[in-house]
Amino acid sequence: MLSFIVRRLLSGVLTIWFIATATFFAMHAVPGDPLTQDKAMSPAVRAQLEARYGLDKPLGEQYQLFLGNMLRGDFGISFTQENRRVNDIIREHFPVSAVLGLAALAIALVGGVAAGSVAAHFRNRWPDRVVMFAVIAAISVPGFVIAGLAQMVIVQLNQLAGTTLLPVAGWGSASHIWVPALVLGLGTMAYLSRLGRASMLEVLSSDYILAARSRGISGGRLFWRHQLRNAVLPVVTELGPSIAAVTTGGFVVELIFAIPGLGRYFVQAVQQLDYTVIMGTTVFYGAFLVLVVVLVDISYGLIDPRIRLTQGRG
Amino acid sequence: MLQSVFVAILGALAVTAQAAAVDAQARSISLALATEPPTLHSARATDTIASFVLAHIMEGLLRYDASGELQGGVAERWQLSEQGARFWLRDGARWSDGRAVTADDFVFAWQYALRPDTASQYAFIFYPIKNAQLVNEGKLPPTALGVKAVSARELVVEFEQPCPYFLSLTAFMSYMPLRRDAVEQWGRRYAADADTLLFNGPFVLDKWVHGAELLLRKNSRYWDAASLRIEQIHMPYITADPGAQFNLFRDGQIALANLDTGLLDEAVKRGYEIRHFHSGSLFFLEFNFRPGRITANRSFRKAVQYVLNPDALVNKIIGLPGVLPAYSLFPVTVRGHQKPFREEYPALRIEQNLSVARRYLERARRELGLETFPPLMLLAGDSPRALQEAEYYQYLFKRGLGLDLRIDQQVFKQRLEKMRRGDFDIAAAAWGPDYDDIMTFADLFASWNDNNRGRYNNPEYDRLVKLAQRSGDPLRRFSAMARLQDLVADDVPILPTYENAMLYVQHPKLKGVRRSVFGGDPNFRDAWIEP
Amino acid sequence: MAIPVFRFAPWQPPEPVQASVQQPSAQWRPSLSLIAAGTVALAMLLLVALGPLLWQQDPSQQWLSQISRGPTPALAARVVDGERAARLPISPARRLEVLESNTERVQLRWPAPSGVTRYRLYRADARQPGRGLPLWQGRELSYEDRLQLRRKLYRYTLVDADSGLLLFATETRPEPAISVFEAQLQGLLAVADGPHPNYVMLPAHPLGTDALGRDLLARLMAGGRSSLFVGIVAPLLFIGFGSLFGGLAGYIGGGFDQFAMRLADFVVALPFLLFMILLRIVFGIGPGENGIMPLIVAMLLLSWPSSARLIRGQVLALRSQPFIDSARLSGVGTPRILWRHILPNVLPILLVAFSFAIPQAIFTEAFLSFIGMGVSPPSTSWGAMCNDGIKTLLSQPRQLLWPAAMISIAVLAFNILGDGLRDLTDRRGGGQGH
Repeated sequence: MLSFIVRRLLSGVLTIWFIATATFFAMHAVPGDPLTQDKAMSPAVRAQLEARYGLDKPLGEQYQLFLGNMLRGDFGISFTQENRRVNDIIREHFPVSAVLGLAALAIALVGGVAAGSVAAHFRNRWPDRVVMFAVIAAISVPGFVIAGLAQMVIVQLNQLAGTTLLPVAGWGSASHIWVPALVLGLGTMAYLSRLGRASMLEVLSSDYILAARSRGISGGRLFWRHQLRNAVLPVVTELGPSIAAVTTGGFVVELIFAIPGLGRYFVQAVQQLDYTVIMGTTVFYGAFLVLVVVLVDISYGLIDPRIRLTQGRG
Repeated sequence: MLQSVFVAILGALAVTAQAAAVDAQARSISLALATEPPTLHSARATDTIASFVLAHIMEGLLRYDASGELQGGVAERWQLSEQGARFWLRDGARWSDGRAVTADDFVFAWQYALRPDTASQYAFIFYPIKNAQLVNEGKLPPTALGVKAVSARELVVEFEQPCPYFLSLTAFMSYMPLRRDAVEQWGRRYAADADTLLFNGPFVLDKWVHGAELLLRKNSRYWDAASLRIEQIHMPYITADPGAQFNLFRDGQIALANLDTGLLDEAVKRGYEIRHFHSGSLFFLEFNFRPGRITANRSFRKAVQYVLNPDALVNKIIGLPGVLPAYSLFPVTVRGHQKPFREEYPALRIEQNLSVARRYLERARRELGLETFPPLMLLAGDSPRALQEAEYYQYLFKRGLGLDLRIDQQVFKQRLEKMRRGDFDIAAAAWGPDYDDIMTFADLFASWNDNNRGRYNNPEYDRLVKLAQRSGDPLRRFSAMARLQDLVADDVPILPTYENAMLYVQHPKLKGVRRSVFGGDPNFRDAWIEP
Repeated sequence: MAIPVFRFAPWQPPEPVQASVQQPSAQWRPSLSLIAAGTVALAMLLLVALGPLLWQQDPSQQWLSQISRGPTPALAARVVDGERAARLPISPARRLEVLESNTERVQLRWPAPSGVTRYRLYRADARQPGRGLPLWQGRELSYEDRLQLRRKLYRYTLVDADSGLLLFATETRPEPAISVFEAQLQGLLAVADGPHPNYVMLPAHPLGTDALGRDLLARLMAGGRSSLFVGIVAPLLFIGFGSLFGGLAGYIGGGFDQFAMRLADFVVALPFLLFMILLRIVFGIGPGENGIMPLIVAMLLLSWPSSARLIRGQVLALRSQPFIDSARLSGVGTPRILWRHILPNVLPILLVAFSFAIPQAIFTEAFLSFIGMGVSPPSTSWGAMCNDGIKTLLSQPRQLLWPAAMISIAVLAFNILGDGLRDLTDRRGGGQGH
């Protein structure tokens, strides 16, 4: 068990190195640099700026410097947010994305498993069809449309009620979380409900459920003790990528709902070619993802003892 | 019934209500920002958001009043001559920590902005001051700059060459004062947060939550605090999405929202009063004059000029009231001698004509010795409007001239880099004025200007610009500029397309907001809320 | 931004704990929804492939005189000289007078009431209350309105700009018109100075036009070509490459397997959207390219690992099956084993993966085009059309709804198709589905 964790973590470190290297060179291959500005800059000013950010050094040396700093956990200073350290940006804005993402995930998980269970229970009858069609329809509408529509709905609702029921945008109180989290979690919810339905079906037809039934266990106990626990398993394996997706993936939602999350900084940095922020956020997200995957692997083993961790993921 | 239940459930979920767009009791307004200001360091800031915030929390020697005229800011009196300027600072001007704003604070700020290691991108705006360029290039020490504090309350500026527009420069953010002790104490952290910054303007920055919120409060130590009628400006939303801003406005959360094409009809339908103001910026097509480019051929450029109609672009495609078709290098907002320049010297308007355009094109083909024209590259921005515009040109070139125009759509930095390298035939570009004088547009295509990305080089153009720069006589200056305007229409170094306008909706109770090109936009210094 | 990434993610069965081996059985009973979805998908392909033969409008032709219109029939339009404004009559105006009214320009003039120095002119839809859009403010006594005029009843309102008091109002319905220049540009008039016919015929637009006056129907078909091309070719490539690579890794095993899976881990860990954008910028768009190839290459580079893992798992499981062993023992060569025994067993899974990858690819293309990093004009795609249309969602919803509906229908069809196929393979596999 321990050696498995160590091995996973080691390969995780290697993965992070790979992400960092690939991002670094891909980023530098893009024409222009973060210093490029609207107005022409005198060569003296440019030279000063290049020296400040170390852009005057050869690429190889910059790469070495970057790796050294990364090992010390320092990603340097942002180019566009001139006085802010990338570490500060991540520290201040990642929690926002994380809270939003976790709320989205919670909504998705509860909604997804519930919808999946309902669908499985009524297999091939109308509730099943309705749920599954809704799910596919939800995946089939582009996300950028849903976010905008959701906001318009809130405005209409507030005007209908004549008071502010739900804030249209912004961040800071619990009431700000609901709608963006729902929008963000919708896709995941649809995805998880399909998973949930499939695994619930599998569980329902499995021998031990039949055996349990024959022993007279039924109703709530059967559902909670036997069906749900086993049906949730495949859902949990998919949580890893889902966590990553919802915590890193809220850019559109963050933009439209004016939420100060990290995703917005990330995309802004790509457009502005803000080298340090791109590197910082990419490596941070990569590390986060790796950690989540390892944790999921472990939790998978805890939920289902049939899986021997020493075998790895093949 | 069902509806009210639903409403009740939602009401239970909603924990707090947001501050309203305007609050007459608290004299408070709420706004949304498009982006967070990258920095509030006045010597280093470059963007419009920082300019807006700085105009409220800082004050330069002069400032713009509600009607857009220059008024005394920190300076009480001033004198301007061809050789230089002299300012007398008012007694009551104080920093937010209670100390007086002195002439030394300006000397320090200007020297600081010009020091090469500050790497200020707006350093050029100090170049009318004696030795400024040399200081900026590191060839002279900062103390050699032509600005001296005669006493704590008297500042003397020496010019490099006559600068009739110097007073308007002193209202620009780079010219705002800096306190040496504060800048040195906080070093790189200066102006990174609300508590590492000193204020001398009508408001103080009370709160700055990065990426989320800014809060300005009235500065009780401001010398003219008695005249302020707004107590606080709250900016709890940062989003660049115009749709989101409009929704916030509809919901009564913010007092001001900019509109784009798609929101215009909706705003009209809801009965909002639509306002607009000229943003002072010029959009144009820039041709590449580097050797071997087809666009370096005058006949070719004339052909393009005769096929492209700014009026059709503005009225049919952009479709926003207030946006004007451009026929000159100088937008209508540029000042002339007594009236706006364009009223004193009207621009020549070329009438669109397909047969003339095709004749010019045929001539260009012969002059260039070409069998057929190769495809041309149009470098365009990535905004929806930029793309639409580019597609229009592409179609116009294809149908009107039989030319293939390929759209090279690039995000901001890459587009600038490609322009700098000259990696284009035609580029869709824009220019916003930096200071309130015709020269901010005129010297743009002088051969020495680094912003002349097409490398246009015309001795006559250069001569006219120099003539105007060296002359202190307004009539000579503006007649040279009128000849420059004709030269641009005749030789087509660029093809003006439109002059931009900002459309917006504003809370009906909010009055006295100044929207303008210079001095921070929008400006709430003289605003008030009707009860 | 990665919501789409995730939301667009295909259905992928979690890595099999124990791979199921399908026993071939002849139980092929497609459900009704499967047939419907297949028909829809086929119809879409036919529409984009054959539609342009039936509706022969040029999808990039811009009718500036007909911008953002709803469905319009063919109509006759007056040819007006766009540049030369009508001369004002000498006799003084007595009220707000309309001198000329067509979709190229509406010319207005008015008398000067005493005490008024500045005027403001508004234009509104006559059926709606309010003054509407502020067009102009100034001191002159006439105005020529050219701003996106349509064939509907307008109300013009003139007010005193200083006091805000209403001075005059009038209504007018502009008649259809086209400028000489545009008529020449569209080939409706000969390029020559001098007299020209007074009317020309403008073509019909069954679905209306977009913000540049282009025929929506023609663009939907042209856009569908790019979208479906990317949607089908990209998955073919990355699933083909992925399964080849993964299959070999699984079959060969050992060091190669280790290397392949490590590589897959790396690529999976790359932030998908960031790399799509980075790769897209790195590749750039060369002269004359429509931007589709860089898109497909970027998708290939980033999307192969999932199918590689899937197939590798299957092959690993199959390799140890008795029937493969017996084949190998009886001297059948490796290529033949792969072809005869392995491929038929993984084919159903591949088919399912493929049908789920199509919507993902369509969505990825749509999203990239939506943020302006997809196809390059004059080519278009449904995503690019959404991008054009979303700005006018409130006033011209059809410009977004048509392409968005096409994306949704296509994605829905392929998702249902994938679902149905998976159910089929599951059933054949003895209900061992996920």
